[in-house]
Amino acid sequence: MNKLLMHPAAKPAIFLLCLLPFAQLAYAAVAGGLGANPQEFLIRATGDWTLRFICIVLAVTPLRVITKANALARFRRMLGLFAYFYVVLHLLCYSWFDMGFEWADIAKDIAKRPFILVGFSAFLLLTPLAATSFNRAIKAMGAKRWQMLHKLVYLMAGLGLLHFFWMRAGKNNFAEVFVYAAIIAVLLGWRVWNYAGKRRPKPSAGVRGSSSGEKSLRSSTG
Amino acid sequence: MSFHFRPEGRSSGFIHPLSSEITPRAVYEGRRDLLKLMAGGAAGAALASFAGREAFAQATGPHKLALLPGAKSAVPGAQTMEKLTDYKDATSYNNFYEFGTDKGDPVKNAGTLKTRPWTVEVEGLVKKPGKYGIEDLLKLSAQEERIYRLRCVEGWSMVIPWVGYSLAELIRKVEPQGNAKYVEFVTLADPKTMPFVGSRVLDWPYTEGLRMDEAMHPLTLLAFGMYGEVLPNQNGAPVRIVVPWKYGFKSAKSIVKIRFVEKEPGTAWNKAAAQEYGFYSNVNPNVDHPRWSQATERRIGDGGGLFAKRNKTLMFNGYEAQVGQLYAGMDLKKNY
Repeated sequence: MNKLLMHPAAKPAIFLLCLLPFAQLAYAAVAGGLGANPQEFLIRATGDWTLRFICIVLAVTPLRVITKANALARFRRMLGLFAYFYVVLHLLCYSWFDMGFEWADIAKDIAKRPFILVGFSAFLLLTPLAATSFNRAIKAMGAKRWQMLHKLVYLMAGLGLLHFFWMRAGKNNFAEVFVYAAIIAVLLGWRVWNYAGKRRPKPSAGVRGSSSGEKSLRSSTG
Repeated sequence: MSFHFRPEGRSSGFIHPLSSEITPRAVYEGRRDLLKLMAGGAAGAALASFAGREAFAQATGPHKLALLPGAKSAVPGAQTMEKLTDYKDATSYNNFYEFGTDKGDPVKNAGTLKTRPWTVEVEGLVKKPGKYGIEDLLKLSAQEERIYRLRCVEGWSMVIPWVGYSLAELIRKVEPQGNAKYVEFVTLADPKTMPFVGSRVLDWPYTEGLRMDEAMHPLTLLAFGMYGEVLPNQNGAPVRIVVPWKYGFKSAKSIVKIRFVEKEPGTAWNKAAAQEYGFYSNVNPNVDHPRWSQATERRIGDGGGLFAKRNKTLMFNGYEAQVGQLYAGMDLKKNY
């Protein structure tokens, strides 16, 4: 597995794969395949792809640890940048095709409509992450601080979900929102569990609290 | 407010502010004669003589469904001049949640809907309640073509040539009682043919309602067709309401019940999210939906492609001259 991932063609191949949704949308736009409301179609499709890439990025570390395919780590920054690429397209489609670059209207829209404000904040939060995604930025910032900054992606995932949830709230149509929420919950939950596991003292150390706690739990449920 | 229902009172109670919009009596009566002739079975001859006078509607669909031609309507405001939305767009981009919440779902899933036999039950505060077969309803009054703007609360709009007749024609036939203040529409909720009726998106069946004067307004249409053909399933076959000055969701599709009631009926969207969807739901660029500005709209298929600009939304969807007086003195911010 690691060998395949370290192949010199692996990175370009994944890069092209990540561009596929964009190519598909661009082709459909030219060929007139975006349906009755092409503006809406593009905004929704780019929003969907942003959320999908956030899920993909968040899946890298759990997958790496579980499968021990450590070479996965070398794709993480590129995948993160693709999430940013699609959120920029999402914002561009909204402000260009939907709002016709009427900046005053856009500003009013952001201020007035909470779900747009949340989406816009998520975009703003992702921007410093994208801007510091090159090696020299890590050196300049120091690896620790760089990592702290890039943990913002967790918050960003939550805001993206909230944005999607609010968009669908008026129609009580949450099926898709719940799918993304479940995936993100599992991926973030794994981190919490993994972190707690690392901090958990080894059984030989003998912690009184946990064993007695377990006993009392058993007796109370019995 | 009280309402009187006299058979001759076709236009009483409605102020037509522009005299130019009032159909001259001779034309009007000529049209009635023609329609009577048609009803008597001489439709072919009438069609021939009428075609020469350009009085028959031009809009046609792809002729996949049964034809349902309508005579050009003389109701003021019933003939907007905008470019018609393509039949394909109007029949493939729909909100009809019984068949799915995505706008592409209804056209994919509505094939299962059985529109024959079909009955519409009229009940509640009426002197002549009863069940109407769809065939009887089709013949109840002469079919007219009305070219209406349709404005969805989500901020898009279409221009659709509907075929039907004023709902008032039916209401007069069933003779509502004096205490009937509202009309409630109940639409089909058949889990066997409507795959999403099991979902919890809305409280099924879908219900909608109008105040009696709104229901009696000549623009309020009981529609059986569009583009010269019967309604496609995804557009609310076999019979639906069209209220052109209100957001699209006020226009109940695939109706099975019309109920006359004294109290304002609960409506599906109002029950689901009262702060977003009021009972009146008049198109109003000055009252924003919590999640969408209503100042502008996107006209579907207006030719500009991706770069097309949004249109300014008009008060009452452009029907202010015809319906504005229905809401005189009302606070439309409160009664949204």
